[in-house]
Amino acid sequence: MFYIFASIIIIFSIMTVTSRRILRAAVYLLFVLVSTSAMYFLLHYFFLAAVQLTLYAGGIVVLIIFSILLTSHIDERFKLPSIGTILLTATSLGIGAILTIVTILQYPFKANNAPEINSNVALIGQKLMDVGKYGYALPFEFISILLLAAMVAAIVIAKKRKD
Amino acid sequence: MIGGIPLTHFLIVSTIMFFVGIYGFITRRNLITILMSIELILNSTNINFVVFNKLLYPDQIAGQMFSVFVIAVAAAEAAVAIAIIINLYRRIANIEVENVNEMKY
Amino acid sequence: MDFSYTILILLIPFFVFLFTGLWGNKFKPVYSGILGTTGLGIAWILSLLTAYKYFFVIEKVSETFPKIIVFRQVWLVLTDKLHIDIGILLDPISVMMLVVVTTVSFMVHLYSIGYMEGERGFHRFFAFLSLFSFSMLGLVIASNIFQMYIFWELVGVSSFLLIGFYYQKPSAVAASKKAFIVTRFADLGFLIGILIVSYYTKTFDFYANSAIPGSIGIVEPAGIAILQSAGAAFMGISIITLAMVLIFIGGAGKSAMFPLHIWLPDAMEGPTPVSALIHAATMVVAGVFLVARMFPVFYASHTALQVVAYVGSFTSLFAAVIACTQFDIKRVLAFSTLSQLGYMMVALGVSGYGGEEGVGYMASMFHLFTHAMFKALLFLGAGAVIHAVHSNYSYDMGGLRKYLPITHITFLIAVIAISGIPPLAGFWSKDEILVAAHGNNMMIFYTQLFVAGLTAFYMSRLYFLIFWNKDTHYHHTPHESPLTMTIPLMFLATATIFVGMHWVIPFSKLVTSDGKPLETIMHMGIAIPSVVVGALGILIAAIFYMKETAIPDKISTSLNGFYTTIYNKFYFDEMYLFVTKKIIFNLISRPIAWFDRQVIDGFMNAIAWSTQEVSERIKGLQSGQLQQYAYVFVSGAILLALVFVFMWTK
Repeated sequence: MFYIFASIIIIFSIMTVTSRRILRAAVYLLFVLVSTSAMYFLLHYFFLAAVQLTLYAGGIVVLIIFSILLTSHIDERFKLPSIGTILLTATSLGIGAILTIVTILQYPFKANNAPEINSNVALIGQKLMDVGKYGYALPFEFISILLLAAMVAAIVIAKKRKD
Repeated sequence: MIGGIPLTHFLIVSTIMFFVGIYGFITRRNLITILMSIELILNSTNINFVVFNKLLYPDQIAGQMFSVFVIAVAAAEAAVAIAIIINLYRRIANIEVENVNEMKY
Repeated sequence: MDFSYTILILLIPFFVFLFTGLWGNKFKPVYSGILGTTGLGIAWILSLLTAYKYFFVIEKVSETFPKIIVFRQVWLVLTDKLHIDIGILLDPISVMMLVVVTTVSFMVHLYSIGYMEGERGFHRFFAFLSLFSFSMLGLVIASNIFQMYIFWELVGVSSFLLIGFYYQKPSAVAASKKAFIVTRFADLGFLIGILIVSYYTKTFDFYANSAIPGSIGIVEPAGIAILQSAGAAFMGISIITLAMVLIFIGGAGKSAMFPLHIWLPDAMEGPTPVSALIHAATMVVAGVFLVARMFPVFYASHTALQVVAYVGSFTSLFAAVIACTQFDIKRVLAFSTLSQLGYMMVALGVSGYGGEEGVGYMASMFHLFTHAMFKALLFLGAGAVIHAVHSNYSYDMGGLRKYLPITHITFLIAVIAISGIPPLAGFWSKDEILVAAHGNNMMIFYTQLFVAGLTAFYMSRLYFLIFWNKDTHYHHTPHESPLTMTIPLMFLATATIFVGMHWVIPFSKLVTSDGKPLETIMHMGIAIPSVVVGALGILIAAIFYMKETAIPDKISTSLNGFYTTIYNKFYFDEMYLFVTKKIIFNLISRPIAWFDRQVIDGFMNAIAWSTQEVSERIKGLQSGQLQQYAYVFVSGAILLALVFVFMWTK
């Protein structure tokens, strides 16, 4: 199962960045995000998978599609970037990728045989409100303020000026 | 090993997604496609967090929580970025990244 | 006996210089003149006082005049043994020079108030005159040779400033440059000589410091012994000869000996009072003074003394011959100065040391003293004539005896004196020189006798051409000069008449080679020929020039080519100019200038250019392109990761 999703992720991400039509790129992105969510399901992280689907696939991609519709001609085909740029970036990033993978492969990860915690929504909710040690109340508050600020910023920036 | 799949395979997938995202960021000309590449990058790091949490620290939920927060931040950032793009589109009627270069020498 | 007031003789002109130079233009010009003259007047009185006290009041030590060091101050320490001091030394020749310099300078200051009236830069002139007086006075009382060198250079600078006083005239500027460069060139020899001497004797002082045991002076027997035993330098020339010849080169530059004489005729571009002060009476005798000061060392090196004698003799003959043909009256006087300086050098060159042998030394100093008086008189008189007629050339003059009586009489007195007719001053000093030469070197004796005749001839020629000869019609009648100009003339004329007689000033008892007084006797066998030769010169000049005759022109056309060569001063100026322009400039100066411009400046320009180029290229990194930034960032991170993961070894 995993390998199917893994290959979907890889193929569609590559197609996202190389597609010549913008709406298709957005759709490929959608596929990538859904496959990622599937991976989370495989790992038994149900809440996270749900959040991923709701926010990413359902919110951000919709936002992106709206903005595409607002700002560009949908049937316009992109010009390919120059061959020099492609080669240069591909080479250096390829080196980077190989480097990272080699490092990963060489590192001895020790598995931990501690008892697995059952992470369900109740536990997560409790931890989010926990003000004691290892509680996540503080990050939760920060995130709320951040979201408030982002809302205000988005409205202010995108507002039409009277002049 | 999760369900028979070694850790490194997960990590390889996320690595490839990460570098593909960077490639897209550097190569693409439309601002929105750049935003999409950024989302790819953020997703790859999310996978990393989650996988490490599952395999190396099964009795904690830190990785998961962090991923939730990352998703929240990514949403906020995408919203603000779209606002900026729309504002820019109003000024110069296109959203090529080459035209956004006034902070130069 | 307290001589510490002698520092005032030095400081008064110096402060006058500072004051007049800085604030002189804020007052009416004549005030600078009055201030300068008063300052010099006070210095003059102090010098006379010093001379009186030194020569007639203080106790002589074993029959010799003592060398008094008024004060000595360590100034610059070079090593623990070698240090340059500043001090005041009083001995017979320095006291005599104090009197000479202050007298002539005082007279010139007074004269200049009248002569330079109405000129632009009046206060500047007096400032420079005071600077010069200060420098010359410092030179003569210097207690060690380096101090003398410092003042020597200062005198050169003052001369440069004064010759180039009319700085808007190109010829004046060129002349001042020439004077400074030629003397500077000679001073190189002087400096090397100083260094050689001080290297061996380990001191710069002339006389030993009594406060420090074991110190020696250069001029004292201990110092001379060290130099004599110093061995040989290159080509078998001994160290002492080499050092003394080098020092003499320095003196020869300042005193315009051949072949460094070229600057003195051109120096007449300066105003006439300057010529009177500097180029007749004081600065040019600095070279003679130097040889006299270092005389014991010169005497120890027989070769160096011979060099001095021959150079002096040749110069006097050379200059006298040229002077017979010149029409510019100041140039005639300049060449006459050259000739008389030659006499002084000759006298030193043929002199011995001590007692009767040292008569040459005494004669040289005596001639310096008398020459200062009558040469200054001659120049100041020429200045009065030029002032009246507005021309420098003798063919524009004639018959002036009717219009300028005082100038006429004083000029005549000076001409008789320089021709060596008794009982005026010139006869006594010239006679003693001939006595000294007779006792030493007969060839030099006959040369100097001939030159005495030539001197009488050309000076009388000058006199007759100005005051007799033709009755020129002048555009506006020449009038006698104002009182400020005639008083110095009269004073100097009186001095010229009386100073030579030894019942007025018993010179030989005061200034001699070893400080002991000397009785002089009249040698009839030498006195009579010199008087005869002088009278003959005057007579021939009277025949040629008293009335307008054709004889001079006939002689000059018959000696045609020869005459032109002499008239052009033997083409020495042209030769020097050729050497410097064609050889030195082209072969040395041009390559160096090319190197400086292309290589050194080019190097600097290259540094600047490369900085600019690099900056132009680098600024592309700040292009404002977002993706470029990201690319650079990521590549850098990957590179660092490569380095750290794989190449970092503990």
